Amino acid sequence: MTSTLTPRRAPRPPRGRPLLRTSYAQDMGLLNTPAKRSSTALVILAAFTVPFFVTDDLLLIFTLGLIASVGAIGLNLVTGYAGQVSLGHAFFLGIGAYTGAVLGGDPEGSVTGYGLPMWIWLPAAGVVAAVAGLIVGPVAVRLRGLYLAIVTLGLVFLGEHIFREARTFTGGPGVGRRGPDLELFGVDFAQAGTLFGLGLSRDQQQYLLALVFLIVFAFLGRNIARSGVGRAFSAVRDRDVAAAVIGVNLTVYKVMAFAMSSFFAGVAGALYYAVVGVFEPGAFGLLLSIQYLAMVLIGGVATISGSIMGALFITSLPRIAQEIAHLFPVISTSTAGGGIINVFQFEAILYGLLIIGFLIFEPRGLFGIWMRIRNYWKGWPFSY
Amino acid sequence: MNTFAQAVLNGFSQGAIYALLALGYVMIYKATHVISFAQPALMVCGGLFSYHLTTQVGLPFWPGLLLAMILGALLGMAVERLALRPMVGKPVFTLAIITIGVDIVLRIGANRYMGANPRIVTFPNGSRQYEVFGLSITHQRVALIAVTAITVVALVMFFRYAKAGLAMRATALNQETALAQGIRVGAIFALAWAIAGGLATIAGTFVAAGSAGMEQNTWIIALKALPAIIIGGLDSLPGAVIGGLAVGIVESLTAVYQPNVAPFLGANFALVAPYALMFLVLLVRPYGLFGTREVERV
Repeated sequence: MTSTLTPRRAPRPPRGRPLLRTSYAQDMGLLNTPAKRSSTALVILAAFTVPFFVTDDLLLIFTLGLIASVGAIGLNLVTGYAGQVSLGHAFFLGIGAYTGAVLGGDPEGSVTGYGLPMWIWLPAAGVVAAVAGLIVGPVAVRLRGLYLAIVTLGLVFLGEHIFREARTFTGGPGVGRRGPDLELFGVDFAQAGTLFGLGLSRDQQQYLLALVFLIVFAFLGRNIARSGVGRAFSAVRDRDVAAAVIGVNLTVYKVMAFAMSSFFAGVAGALYYAVVGVFEPGAFGLLLSIQYLAMVLIGGVATISGSIMGALFITSLPRIAQEIAHLFPVISTSTAGGGIINVFQFEAILYGLLIIGFLIFEPRGLFGIWMRIRNYWKGWPFSY
Repeated sequence: MNTFAQAVLNGFSQGAIYALLALGYVMIYKATHVISFAQPALMVCGGLFSYHLTTQVGLPFWPGLLLAMILGALLGMAVERLALRPMVGKPVFTLAIITIGVDIVLRIGANRYMGANPRIVTFPNGSRQYEVFGLSITHQRVALIAVTAITVVALVMFFRYAKAGLAMRATALNQETALAQGIRVGAIFALAWAIAGGLATIAGTFVAAGSAGMEQNTWIIALKALPAIIIGGLDSLPGAVIGGLAVGIVESLTAVYQPNVAPFLGANFALVAPYALMFLVLLVRPYGLFGTREVERV
């Protein structure tokens, strides 16, 4: 733990024995095997080339998926790592979205907007949401488990009410307002333009922006998780009384978990609705919280890569449901009825069944499936 | 004064619905230590069972309600058997999330049945009113309060005198010890869900018999029973009833007085007042008014 015991820069394990650890620092390393280093680099590289192969409508889904990943990582910090069940994520996403929209919104519009640049409204969205998390935190300190789940559920309903009623900021139900303008370092991401000498469409630019933000926040999340703070979170999750006995200050760490999670949610909310454009208070209901919970559960509890996989999967689910609907004529693609069920109902059922199915058959989520595949090939040909 | 008394009376009858739902949550919580987020779906399905049996099949109200309760109980048991039994012993949080999944799936089926029209169960002479001391209450509301009272008494009797009730109390105390005493814990789980399903059906039926009927977004009502059980304490049956009634009365009083007294809280604050009340109670008593304090052991 202390620097006197472990050298600042740990020696690398011998070649061909990537799992041999000779120091704590190696074990806790960000990417602690060569395979992880190269595969992470490959995935990031591949992610940067995606916009040049994929059509724009699909790209928009990926963009939203990448931004949702930031929010999912946030929820995973508080629910997955620190074990504090939160059904209130939608509230923090909403706080972030409206902070971003009010600070960065059009000053001439019918709703309040200050037209501040993105480098102000984006961090501010995170900070305001984190402050909201700080306020909720102390309640969480007093409550455990399902009590907390229900209280955070109440938070969503109260939040939705506030968003509905604060018409000067949110536009009110059925009307909504525009998100902030995406303009950073003189580049306007809201329309086609050139970036690093490449002519890019609007969707391509937004995708790249989202990707950069996700990489930053994914590494941030991973670093929180592997540091002392992250280990304290795990201790609180596994047995909070035992954690308190060994010197983890429960109050501080629970509040910290909520604040950090809310910061991620705030940033994700502001970015997400800046890309979406117009949004209304009804968006921040219980369903949104459940969607984020589904991302974490289907992706993999207490994993960063799992959160990203889950978020991408859940945001593409409407599209997947549509594609399946085209294959099976019993699912009608119109809302008017006909067929056995329509595509929206099919999508909702898919949600429900996926949550049930993953929890019963693969509680570790998509990350667990990946682990299985990895372990199969690791021991190949002795895969048993 | 009359406005106040009328508001309390209205809130009391609305609270009876919350109390029934809250009892269902508490039944499941005591038996399995899970909060069932599937309760809204059970309520909606129960109300629709009653609707189908009375309006489509043509049964009178009370036999229809009884039959619907049996169907609701069976639905509850089916949910428990298919989605929750395979997960016994897993973290309670996982189970709670599974019930959210069940809720979504069931409600889609119910929405499919309902379509865009509200489904109204016709209560015999439901719109006729009794007038007492200048207060008025519909027959349907009186019946609701009576049914709730009978149900609560029946549940108390069941827990005190029936063998199965004793077995449920034993299971609530400790599942493994109960098993060792020869109690079929699995059957107790099924029974708890069956009772919860039946209670949700009564609630759903009376919601559907109200003026608005059963619509696609009526399920939200069932979530208001959650503040009720938190206020009463998760594992307390009397707490559930008192919490339910308190939520109903507070909601009704807020609806009457808040627009004049505190207009800055916005329109329709009454809809979220139960949640605000929950926060207030929890700040003072973290385990609700009647809940058992958790004993912490390392």
